[in-house]
Amino acid sequence: MLHRGLSEILARHRYEPGRLVQILRDVMQAEGYLSPPTITAVAEALRVPRSQVEGVAGFYAFFATEFRGRYRVLFSDNITDEMQGSGELRRRMLDAFHLELGEVSRDGQVSVGLTACTGLCDQGPAMLVNGRPIARLTPARIGAISALIRGGSPVEQWPDNLFTIDTHVERRDRLLDTVVEPGAALDAAITRGATGTLAELRASELRGRGGAGFSAGQKWTACAAAPGPERYIVCNADEGEPGTFKDRVLLTTHIGQLLEGMTVAAHAVGAQRGFIYLRGEYPFLEPIVEAALAARRGAGLLGRDVRGVRGFDFDIEVHHGAGAYVCGEESALIESLEGKRGIPRNRPPYPVTHGYLGKPTVVNNVETLIAAAQIALHGGAWFRTLGTPKSAGTKILSVSGDVARPGIYEYPFGVTVKQVLADAGAERAQAVQVGGPSGVLLAAHEFGRRIAFEDVPSAGAFMVFDETRDIVRVVDNFARFFAHESCGFCTPCRVGTTLVKHMMGRLTAGEGSRRDLKDLTRVTRLMKSSSQCGLGHTAGNPVVDALEKFKPAFVDRLPSLDVRPVFDLDAALGPAREATGRDDPGAHFGHGEET
Amino acid sequence: MTFTLDGHDIPFEPGQTVVQAALAAGHYIPHLCYHPEFQPHGSCKVCTCTVNGRTATSCTTPASEGLEVASETPEIQEIRRDLVQFLFTEGNHFCPSCEQSGDCMLQAVGYELGVVTGHYNPLFPNRPVDASHPDVLLDTNRCILCELCVRASAQIDGKSIFALSGRGITKHLIVNAESGRLGDTQLATTDKALDVCPVGAILRKRTGFRVPIGRRTYDARPISQVTVEPAK
Repeated sequence: MLHRGLSEILARHRYEPGRLVQILRDVMQAEGYLSPPTITAVAEALRVPRSQVEGVAGFYAFFATEFRGRYRVLFSDNITDEMQGSGELRRRMLDAFHLELGEVSRDGQVSVGLTACTGLCDQGPAMLVNGRPIARLTPARIGAISALIRGGSPVEQWPDNLFTIDTHVERRDRLLDTVVEPGAALDAAITRGATGTLAELRASELRGRGGAGFSAGQKWTACAAAPGPERYIVCNADEGEPGTFKDRVLLTTHIGQLLEGMTVAAHAVGAQRGFIYLRGEYPFLEPIVEAALAARRGAGLLGRDVRGVRGFDFDIEVHHGAGAYVCGEESALIESLEGKRGIPRNRPPYPVTHGYLGKPTVVNNVETLIAAAQIALHGGAWFRTLGTPKSAGTKILSVSGDVARPGIYEYPFGVTVKQVLADAGAERAQAVQVGGPSGVLLAAHEFGRRIAFEDVPSAGAFMVFDETRDIVRVVDNFARFFAHESCGFCTPCRVGTTLVKHMMGRLTAGEGSRRDLKDLTRVTRLMKSSSQCGLGHTAGNPVVDALEKFKPAFVDRLPSLDVRPVFDLDAALGPAREATGRDDPGAHFGHGEET
Repeated sequence: MTFTLDGHDIPFEPGQTVVQAALAAGHYIPHLCYHPEFQPHGSCKVCTCTVNGRTATSCTTPASEGLEVASETPEIQEIRRDLVQFLFTEGNHFCPSCEQSGDCMLQAVGYELGVVTGHYNPLFPNRPVDASHPDVLLDTNRCILCELCVRASAQIDGKSIFALSGRGITKHLIVNAESGRLGDTQLATTDKALDVCPVGAILRKRTGFRVPIGRRTYDARPISQVTVEPAK
């Protein structure tokens, strides 16, 4: 049953079931969707149950199990895209092809849908066409893209300028400015020895930059101490938090330091293999990463006997995500690396002792690993000199929304929100979403607060909303995001995110009720207290913050009802009116009995 | 070795989780996706307790010396009620016309917790009924996604006939066949997977009313008693 294209893909992945996500990604690229016979053929070739392959195929947003057209257009649906006019451009494109959202054109040429934030907030609105991002959309660009689709030329042959992604670095501090010559940090680590490197990292008090803020030194030390010969280093480059794009820039400008940091980690904990789990939305970074890997292999900085140290064998491979925010959670990421559905594991045990394939594994964010390379070179005390007592070093922020200069801003921890707003040129800001939807929504009276683990922690997003913006719409956008990204494993998050989405939809449309406001509080509290992982714990944050800080925005659009009926009695009479050809007052509920 | 559950001393053996030790000691903790023959995975969250002050699923929390577990507090019971309401809201559950009524754990846990309505606007999902198998009916309207059939088929039957696909609210049960039909799988009437469904999603045909309503598992006694004193 295997046709040639499919067997080539499977051979490239050595028929390993653990590479299932990578295999399905390549099949998607080649065939546009994963048809039932294709799923059967992949399962038979890998000798795994068909239901397992179908389960994985149905999990990731970028895998389609039905034909979605030869051109699959997905508009980035972050609130920043919306603010940059994405809705109007989308309507324009749908009209051009006479399509509804999500529908495939009759000739099978094109479908237009939505996708979660593509990490191009500083140059939106953005879209993906067959997985390739296009930024800075304008009516003219939409026209050009529509014409290319009509003409049927392959996306690979579209003009290069459509696909350029800009790098906006607006403020640099120590992390971005420090230069590490290839091998320099590694040499320092080798000289210091594994124990010395671990001690130095602990002394630096470096905390994870992905959001949770766990001590990197403790993580590495626990992994090094775990029993067994095999260990793994995983770089989490799956930045999916809406409004975050700093890893995209770091992977472009600091890829060498990232690989150096991973190799330092491998030396310190005794790992043999590393993975970069690269966000599915960032295919344009693959050549940059692969070229850097090849250069380091050529220079003896990866491979066998790294840097001439006998027995220090370490290499890194790239794994691609496929559209699942939850895979930013480290145990879900590991499941995905193993070729499975990205479901967060039960912890304990933690990945440092039972990670990839059940072996001790360090999972660190891109920014964390780059900082680790610099600490290996310059020492923990050097790193500690910037920041606040509980937040050593600097933080890179992805600033977007209503600002004059969106882009990357690096500050020592402790910078005030006000300072960032001033530097980015934000006028009349009414709110800032720090750390993305799962973070904190700050109102203007809180702009004196500081970005630091002891005050407002942040994984890097910094989305600004000025006075003209409707906070209820902002929260509605975030509610749709979490409902789309819940993995569905546990009841509270699976059902709760959807209930919140429906309630926010009603409230935004002016069709909500006071009961919805009460239920929002009840549902978000349940998600926080009983969900499996951080996604469910934080999914209610924007709702809770907005209800607390922007309550009038919600109350103002309530109809004067305490409860809104689940269904509209008058609308329910519609089919009967149609069947009888009546539309007189007597055929309407509540209008026929005036007397 | 003991821990405390609502002030009672509960003895445990190494390797037991809180739910396992509690049930063995005759103390009921509401649960749906937990089954004594399978490794707990903690997805339904109904067994949530306060463990040393933090909420956690008691089916996945290893029992350990001196642990303080609170189960029947107003806060925890409210969490459980909400979760059961979520499950009723999510699927299409019509107890009076369901042949599993009286033998259904979702219904019984609902009664146990005093759940009288679904509270939230029902989602009324469009889910299929599959009658293609000669001896088994699959009605996914009632599926609560506990994965017990998935685990039983993979771990005991060695067939992986059931699995989950989709994600979030679109997560759904699938069967191991290209046609998507249960009749095209290798499911046999002797499979363990047929006997673990806590609700009425997987049913043997032509047996539904052999035991009349009124004499079913949870008709005379609540699930809290039936679970810890099954022989009575």
